[in-house]
Amino acid sequence: MEHYISLLVRSIFLENMALFYFFGMCTFLAVSKKVKTAMGLGVAVIVVLGISVPVNQLVYSNVLAPGALEWAGFPEADLSFLSFLTFIGVIAALVQILEMTLDKFFPALYNALGIFLPLITVNCAIFGGVAFAIQKEYTFTESIFFGVGSGAGWAIAIVLLAGIREKLKYADMPEGVRGLGSVFIIAGLMALGFQSFSGVSI
Amino acid sequence: MSSNAKEMKKVLFGPILDSNPIALQILGICSALAVTTKLETALVMSAALTFVTAFSNLFISLIRNQIPSSVRIIIQMTIIASLVILVDQVLKAYSYEVSKQLSVFVGLIITNCIVMGRAEAYAMKSPPTMSFLDGIGNGLGYSFVLIVIGTIKELGGFGTLLGYEILPLVQNGGWYQGNGLLILPFSSFFLIGGLIWFIRTIRPEQVEPKE
Repeated sequence: MEHYISLLVRSIFLENMALFYFFGMCTFLAVSKKVKTAMGLGVAVIVVLGISVPVNQLVYSNVLAPGALEWAGFPEADLSFLSFLTFIGVIAALVQILEMTLDKFFPALYNALGIFLPLITVNCAIFGGVAFAIQKEYTFTESIFFGVGSGAGWAIAIVLLAGIREKLKYADMPEGVRGLGSVFIIAGLMALGFQSFSGVSI
Repeated sequence: MSSNAKEMKKVLFGPILDSNPIALQILGICSALAVTTKLETALVMSAALTFVTAFSNLFISLIRNQIPSSVRIIIQMTIIASLVILVDQVLKAYSYEVSKQLSVFVGLIITNCIVMGRAEAYAMKSPPTMSFLDGIGNGLGYSFVLIVIGTIKELGGFGTLLGYEILPLVQNGGWYQGNGLLILPFSSFFLIGGLIWFIRTIRPEQVEPKE
């Protein structure tokens, strides 16, 4: 159990998706104007990462990995070159299913997430999380903790950034740096702050 | 004919300063931040992305009239993913070291918003030749930012360029003290922020209005 908690803490704070690996930056910088929308997007990312990382881990280890097709009688097969195509397909399908399920059973949550849900398919945080879990050869249970943890880390980062940006609206900045330029610099300072977690180990 | 050539030139070179994908359109930032520690990885990444954007734009534009709009995202994804697999396999075969350093970022070209964004915004409604040029142009804009950042970081952090020593470091008996901040990945945030500031100073029409 300790091992899993350590993995969770590491993926939330130490190896933060947004500020350590720079995944999902486009949405991170573009959709962080208001805390409320940032929160909605953050929740959606946690849910999608928490589901799609373990599912893709299952698909990879049972179908695509070298020698994984032994159960079907093809011990020689190595389909790992298809992994990118499969992952993106699985992610797109999952997002679609999630969207329909939420629409049917949890309309309130569906309305809150709105446009963000379909956009998540092309959010590199999801694809990056999946690719990393495969590259680091996590087991199924590990990949659940990794998926939820990195989603939570991303959500924390975007909510914090949105909070800072809401306050900065009143700042009088030089013209050239107003808007996008300042967001980059704030995000850089936040990444610097998150570096201070790097000594933590559980 | 001259107006056509002018238009082509605009599509090809416009994205470098006037509508830079990173500095203005907020596209493709993830990889720009993460792969720029060394100039070599930045160059390979730029080449890979330019190739994928150009050809995905071309193919999507060729079949744009046959794609039903309800499944267009999936079709675009499939085309892009196939191109990226091609690039990934070529990199693994011919420059394995660089492909190791780029790790998951080659795969991330699939979800790189430049490719998707240009396919969706331009290739879906423009003829093939122009779309191809638009892809190359946006790839060049992306490369421009990556090369600038990569040069600053490698020169400032390690005193080298493409592995060749330019500024001899103190620990190798030279005079240059490497800048530790520039070695860390997130220093690209500050550099890109500064670059945006610079671009908007010489192109004041890009300044965002006050809220």
